[in-house]
Amino acid sequence: MTDQWDGLLRGAMARAALSRRRVLGAGLAGAALLGLRPGVARAAPPAKPTGQVVIGFSQEPTVFNPLMPHIEVDQGVHLNLFSPLWLPNASGDFVPELATELPTVANGGISEDGLTWRVKLRPGVTWHDGQPFTADDVKFSFDLINNKNFRAWLRNGFNLMQDIKVESPTEISWRMAKPYAPFLALLSWTFIVPKHILAKAADPNTSPFNNAPVGTGPFMWKERVPGDHITLSANPHYFGKGPYLETVVFRYIPDLTVMFTQFQTGAIDYIGLQGITADHYNQAKKLKDRTIVVGPAPFTESITLNLSRPQFKERAVREALYAAMDNKAIIDQVYYGLPSPTVTFLPRQSWAFNPHLAPQKYDPAKAKAMLDAAGWKPGAGGVREKNGVRLAFLNSTTAGNHVRSTAQQLLQQNWRDIGAEMTIKNMPPAVIWGDYFNLSHYDSVMVGEDMMYGGDPDVTTYFSSKAIPAKGGAGQNTMEYVNPEVDKLLQEGVSTFDRAKRQKVYWKLEDIIRHDLPQLCIFQYVTIEGTKKGLIGYQPSVYVSCNTWNVKDWYWGTS
Amino acid sequence: MTGFLLRRLGQSLLLLWLVSVIGFAVLHLAPGGPLAEFTLTPGMTAAELKRIAHQMGLDRPLPVQYWEWFRRMVVGNWGRSYRDNQPVLWEIGARLPATLELMISSTLIAVLLGTWIGVLGAVRRYSIFDSLATVGAMIALSIPTFWFGLVVIYIFSVLLGWLPPGNLHTTGNSSFLNYAWHLIAPATVLGLVTVAIWSRYMRSSMLNVINQDFVRTARAKGLPQRVVLLRHSLRNALLPMIAIAGLQLPTLLGGALVTETVFTWPGMGRLFLDSIGYRDYPVVMGILMLSALMVIGSNLVADILYAVADPRIRLR
Repeated sequence: MTDQWDGLLRGAMARAALSRRRVLGAGLAGAALLGLRPGVARAAPPAKPTGQVVIGFSQEPTVFNPLMPHIEVDQGVHLNLFSPLWLPNASGDFVPELATELPTVANGGISEDGLTWRVKLRPGVTWHDGQPFTADDVKFSFDLINNKNFRAWLRNGFNLMQDIKVESPTEISWRMAKPYAPFLALLSWTFIVPKHILAKAADPNTSPFNNAPVGTGPFMWKERVPGDHITLSANPHYFGKGPYLETVVFRYIPDLTVMFTQFQTGAIDYIGLQGITADHYNQAKKLKDRTIVVGPAPFTESITLNLSRPQFKERAVREALYAAMDNKAIIDQVYYGLPSPTVTFLPRQSWAFNPHLAPQKYDPAKAKAMLDAAGWKPGAGGVREKNGVRLAFLNSTTAGNHVRSTAQQLLQQNWRDIGAEMTIKNMPPAVIWGDYFNLSHYDSVMVGEDMMYGGDPDVTTYFSSKAIPAKGGAGQNTMEYVNPEVDKLLQEGVSTFDRAKRQKVYWKLEDIIRHDLPQLCIFQYVTIEGTKKGLIGYQPSVYVSCNTWNVKDWYWGTS
Repeated sequence: MTGFLLRRLGQSLLLLWLVSVIGFAVLHLAPGGPLAEFTLTPGMTAAELKRIAHQMGLDRPLPVQYWEWFRRMVVGNWGRSYRDNQPVLWEIGARLPATLELMISSTLIAVLLGTWIGVLGAVRRYSIFDSLATVGAMIALSIPTFWFGLVVIYIFSVLLGWLPPGNLHTTGNSSFLNYAWHLIAPATVLGLVTVAIWSRYMRSSMLNVINQDFVRTARAKGLPQRVVLLRHSLRNALLPMIAIAGLQLPTLLGGALVTETVFTWPGMGRLFLDSIGYRDYPVVMGILMLSALMVIGSNLVADILYAVADPRIRLR
């Protein structure tokens, strides 16, 4: 029994590890990109909502107040129940939802100085309970986020808002303490909640609304069987196009192998979030009446370094370590050749992605020469040393992720070849992503991160010198990376709304970070997901956390 | 009897309190915390994490947190889940029926099948059936439940298509037959280990009885074999099994953790695993207390039943 318990707990940790889409390690396998095109529908959508789709998630959605702390899988449900003011489409352009148009400097929605915002709202929208949606609801949602008694998700950006004013039932305005361009993107992930329900709650943190949400989205809440599934039904009064499905069921299947079996036997129509695992990819491709889609994911896999460690202080060391990494072998042998190599933190689908960065080249001879030149001489056991500092360090990632640990072993070998000693020390997710990571207790971690909140390339939180938590900073610069030029560029990047200008800033920023190497990027993740043949409309997007963002466009074709 | 009951109740309460202190301490002192799941979400910052931790009361000293939890728990407020924000008892209540359904049906399978195998094995000692049953029990005890569950799914769902690959029922079909059809595989898998254990105990208990004088007397009276076995032997052989049934509960609870995961059964086992993974302290504590209550309670009941069933035993 003891063994069984051990295995069980390990399994639980592994599942929790996998339960983050960004820690996608096990969810990868290889083959060509199949890319579903939403335009090639084989049938017209039905005139009225018909049929049901069963969505399989390996993680349970549990948070239904979209303004409270939540994770990706929760957003997968929010996107169907609620509406933001605007939502990014698959190419990253904002499409107005509850707003009638996207505020820009050109159309006067945002003032020249970027400080005054004015948003026109869609008239005639109703909540699922029939009450009208107005600017009061928008103001209430913003106020709730800033309410100090409310356990709000992120306040970043919202804490700059002042004088939120309801101009008319269909217009709202506010001022910002300073111009802040990422706010457009932040708002695209901010779902508006109903004032008429939540204002009455004695404590918004524990309101019954949290388990019986009312939104303006394409689907309405029907029921939840905890630990099993959530059922939504079509909103007949939805303001936009669709929905075409009558019922959407989100089914929770805690084990990835079991989830695949259910996809195989047809118990689920779509396998999402972590999707299909590496070892099942080839089998999946051969399944009859299933479409397997390999799509881009916004996560970059890297070895993130703690620059406050003496071993990593010199850029030459970091460059040598990078040159000694056989990234192609990792991608081909461990990840089945599917993900594409990358040297930057942004996914290549982002408008701010810099395509001109110097690629990483595997060159152990050059790596050795660099270390020699920098004065790191082989010492005891072949490990290089300089001024009493050994080129030895720990590397940690989420325990139980076998794919990741295989990659770690490859790197260990790569680095041993040039006289650097890496020791693997993996931990359960609840441990490693706690203080160990947040307060920079690590030497190096292997992590897949998505740094784009709402799809915006602003990475102040991750690279600004004022964002180092171990030094009292507010952000998540656990690498303790400091570069005054980067600080300046980050500031520039958020101060202008002009996308062309911002793009230039971020290109330069990526160039500098590529040169400084606070993280050694390996590849950009892909998702392997699948649907039953005949399900039309599914489309992966790197601008949302979960690919169930457009279920309102899904329908069953005649096949 | 009253003195015995009072003493046992007092011991049980003390034990429960110790479980709560140790459980709480181990859970909270283990590295990591419930906010780790948010660390890597885009845009998350250390400052926001700190604020959320403060709002959740996670930054208070541990004894204060324990006292807060204990004070409320005693009066029936077991706190709220960190993940759902729902009351812990609601969370457990929502999963309990599925777990009970699974446990009762697997126990039923185990007791009926185990008794039959055990009795037959004892009566026909060293026969082919007995040997097969012995080997079978060893195999059943050795197979990891997780793997066995997956094999059952592979053979009966994927290859043959006879049984569903898990879930409580087909989405949109909640008829009794559909439930029963979904119950077959998980109940059998969960019951298998218990069948093995039960049949072994049953066999030795039965062997013990059928060699005793009163059985020989019954035979000598000319009673048919069926009556000798069922009325005279089995009833006596079942006595020690009462205590064993009480001890089976922890095994069943442990097995349910695995079975529920493999068969996507929305019960307490899965809730427990998920809650540990996410460090959802109030839910973990709730399930821990409830399990302790069930185990301690069932042992107590087994002891009392034992006295009731066997007049030779006196509880003092």
